[in-house]
Amino acid sequence: MLLEVKGLNKRYEGQVACEDVSFDLWPGEVLAIVGESGSGKTSLLKCISTQLGFDSGTVHYKGADLGAMGEAAKRELMRTQWGFVHQDARDGLRMGVSAGANVGERLMAVGERHYGSIRQTAAEWMARVEIDPARMDESPRQFSGGMRQRLQIARNLVSRPQLIFMDEPTGGLDVSVQARLLDLLRGLVRDMGLAAIVVTHDLAVAKLLSSRIMVMQKGRVVEQGLTDQVLEDPQAAYSQLLVSSVLQV
Amino acid sequence: MTQINFAYLNEQTKRMIRRALLKAVAIPGYQVPFASREMPMPYGWGTGGVQVTAAILTPDDTLKVIDQGADDTTNAVSIRKFFARTAGVATTTETQKATIIQTRHRVPEHPLTEGQILVYQVPIPEPLRFLEPRETETRTMHALEEYGVMHVKLYEDIATHGHIATSYAYPAKVASRYVFDPSPIPKFDNPKLNHCAALQLFGAGREKRIYAVPPFTQVISLDFEDHPFEVQRWDTPCAICGSGTGYLDEIITDDAGTRMFVCSDTDHCATQAALKAGPNAA
Amino acid sequence: MYVAVKGGEKAIDAAHEYLAEKRRGDAASPELSIAQIDGQLALAVDRVMAEGSLYDRELAALAIKQARGDLIEAIFLLRAHRTTLARFGTSLPLNMNAMRISRRISAAFKDIPGGQVLGPTFDYTHRLLDSSLLADQEPVRAASADVPLAASIPRVLELLGQEGLIEPAADDGQPAGDITEEPLDFPSTRDRRLQVLARGDEGFLLSLAYSTQRGYGRNHPFVGEIRFGCVPVSICPEELGFEIYIGEIEVTECEMINQFHGTADVPPQFTRGYGLVFGQLERKAMSMALVDRALRVAEFAEDQIGPAQDEEFVLSHCDNVQATGFVEHLKLPHYVDFQAELALLRTLRKERET
Ligand SMILES: Nc1ncnc2c1ncn2[C@@H]1O[C@H](COP(=O)(O)OP(=O)(O)OP(=O)(O)O)[C@@H](O)[C@H]1O
Ligand SMILES: [Mg+2]
Repeated sequence: MLLEVKGLNKRYEGQVACEDVSFDLWPGEVLAIVGESGSGKTSLLKCISTQLGFDSGTVHYKGADLGAMGEAAKRELMRTQWGFVHQDARDGLRMGVSAGANVGERLMAVGERHYGSIRQTAAEWMARVEIDPARMDESPRQFSGGMRQRLQIARNLVSRPQLIFMDEPTGGLDVSVQARLLDLLRGLVRDMGLAAIVVTHDLAVAKLLSSRIMVMQKGRVVEQGLTDQVLEDPQAAYSQLLVSSVLQV
Repeated sequence: MTQINFAYLNEQTKRMIRRALLKAVAIPGYQVPFASREMPMPYGWGTGGVQVTAAILTPDDTLKVIDQGADDTTNAVSIRKFFARTAGVATTTETQKATIIQTRHRVPEHPLTEGQILVYQVPIPEPLRFLEPRETETRTMHALEEYGVMHVKLYEDIATHGHIATSYAYPAKVASRYVFDPSPIPKFDNPKLNHCAALQLFGAGREKRIYAVPPFTQVISLDFEDHPFEVQRWDTPCAICGSGTGYLDEIITDDAGTRMFVCSDTDHCATQAALKAGPNAA
Repeated sequence: MYVAVKGGEKAIDAAHEYLAEKRRGDAASPELSIAQIDGQLALAVDRVMAEGSLYDRELAALAIKQARGDLIEAIFLLRAHRTTLARFGTSLPLNMNAMRISRRISAAFKDIPGGQVLGPTFDYTHRLLDSSLLADQEPVRAASADVPLAASIPRVLELLGQEGLIEPAADDGQPAGDITEEPLDFPSTRDRRLQVLARGDEGFLLSLAYSTQRGYGRNHPFVGEIRFGCVPVSICPEELGFEIYIGEIEVTECEMINQFHGTADVPPQFTRGYGLVFGQLERKAMSMALVDRALRVAEFAEDQIGPAQDEEFVLSHCDNVQATGFVEHLKLPHYVDFQAELALLRTLRKERET
């Protein structure tokens, strides 16, 4: 098992964000977390990825208790085995440095010291996410929203992580750009054997990317199962409402 | 008014600084906070170096003070006078005769020896400061050895200029652990820090930090394998002593912009000139 | 043939001599006495003592004379002198209720027990140059009040506190930190912050305080009370075990009443900002109180939107001795680093040409 979440609880002052959340994630598996706005998806993602403390419960990564792990080891995980794709690319990129440096940063952080090969790898990754490598010395400020999102993905994947967290990776992009990005993500996840947790309020995204789905409402998991099954035949009343309320895809 | 103590600082203060120095030597490159005092020279004019020197000075020491490599620049004169007056110690301009050398912006050309102490004046001790202005952040970055951003900066330099565009205050890693700022010495001097026989102490008064490189400790300047660290070179030797081994200052000699290059280390220049003149010269 | 310039030492001595001549000014006009500076430029002396962190009117006046009226230079002189002094004790906390009041006002209530005491203030003067001061004046003796001040004057914020309307300011029993003994660390604590602000530059704090009023971290201030007067200072040497009165000092205290705050457990209450400085420096005490409150953002979970609320920014930059040193150090030679930059720039340009 890659990730094991047990009885996780998170509340902000007076406000419940996650209540008794438990689930497992296997290597190479893509899990979608869906639910209405404010249901606790982002909070859950941040708790699991150690960006946010939680009140009770445990998270184990490859058998290691993240709660007992030191700050240094956690940061090490974050820059090598994990990736985090933010909804707003500006939160996930260094806007002040070139696209190439953004992609190369993780390599340098883990000790790569050959400028030429860092550049080479960065160029390859930019091509892979469909950004012209000739633009690698430009600032991400000169990139469109979709390009920034792809750059953020390249920046995360360059260290060949095993688990990637994504919070609304296609949010704020127009439909055709979304479709291309989803296609790209699907290809990458498959080719690299990546495990992923994707937060989205869009069932179409969940359907396209994930093999399993978890439905949240008011901080609780109301249903989880294989994506196709849940979408075809939702059991919980809330899931039924959610599925019926979106246009068929 | 009261009688001023030996080397200006009272003994209580010296003890506090010595404790910080011991810690600094024990953890090479780690910036130790200390309760820096107001000195009779302004912050930014060497108060950190002066406090370190005051704390380690003994009546038997021979002190040399340089600024920009020279013994007779205004600030060097002023600091040397200060210690001559408050501590009555012997002073010298000869690198080899000094037991303590306080410096701003240079490392002497003559190799330092065991038993000597080089005290650097440091304006901004934090090598990460211009990448991250917050102390709370930079402290965490040091603690977790998160130095990736340093290389991001070097990467950007090469991508933009074709070169690492840092020519002084060039960051280095000491004893394979802490990245530190060697103070605004030209990168020409960085190799002298590596496995130096002398104890090197760094004092930043305004920023209230002390750090150290113990004798014979590894100091490696950050670089890339295919863009290795390099020092400055000149096409011509020193116009005064003819030496081709030292760091040269550029002097503009007339209105037409005629230039000449001479040693920045005045003691080194005088020694080399004397050697060249031979034993018979006056 | 070029000869390296020597004789820096001689040039420095000559510069110092010239400075001494300039300091004295026109030899035909009488020399300023320390007593004159202390007595007639008293507010300058106050500021130098406050930011110099040393309460000694004579030394502060001497510093002003030596600095030719440059107050930051005078502050610096006093601080450098302070370094040479051995500590023989730490004073006990001042009892502000024991103040012999010269001035006491509140902007929050019209009538307050103990009354509004105006005292020596510019507040109600018309700012017209008074040409009569061009000539020597007959000394003025101000009339004293018909009724003496009440023996004990209650504090305005305590009156609010009786109703629970303002956050308590009780002693938490923790020993106060000492920024002159331990370097400041971030995040800091309020006691240390207040110490830094008390010796911080008046102009810098004034501008920051002003910025909070213009929306960069607004905190809805009301002057609860400003007091100026003499308070007794005592020490309690460990070996004696009892208090000894060692004299009195003049201080200005400002207690601001600010934006109320409440949580699930505590009903809304006004919050406090506090300022205390040596001498009669109301502008400084008020600025300090506004900035103190602004810096309490985290405590009240407020949004940090202005520079005055940024602890590292404010505390790292409010000391004028540090600031002037580092700004002015740019005058020192930087030949070596400049040479390094110059060489680099030439290389980059040459490579671009080819
Ligand atoms: N920093 C915070 N402080 C207090 N409450 C918070 C905070 N962040 C989130 N919450 C609350 O926690 C609950 C869950 O929020 P969260 O952001 O996890 O929801 P979400 O499912 O990601 O919503 P969306 O789809 O809108 O992004 C909400 O009620 C929210 O108001
Ligand atoms: Mg969210």
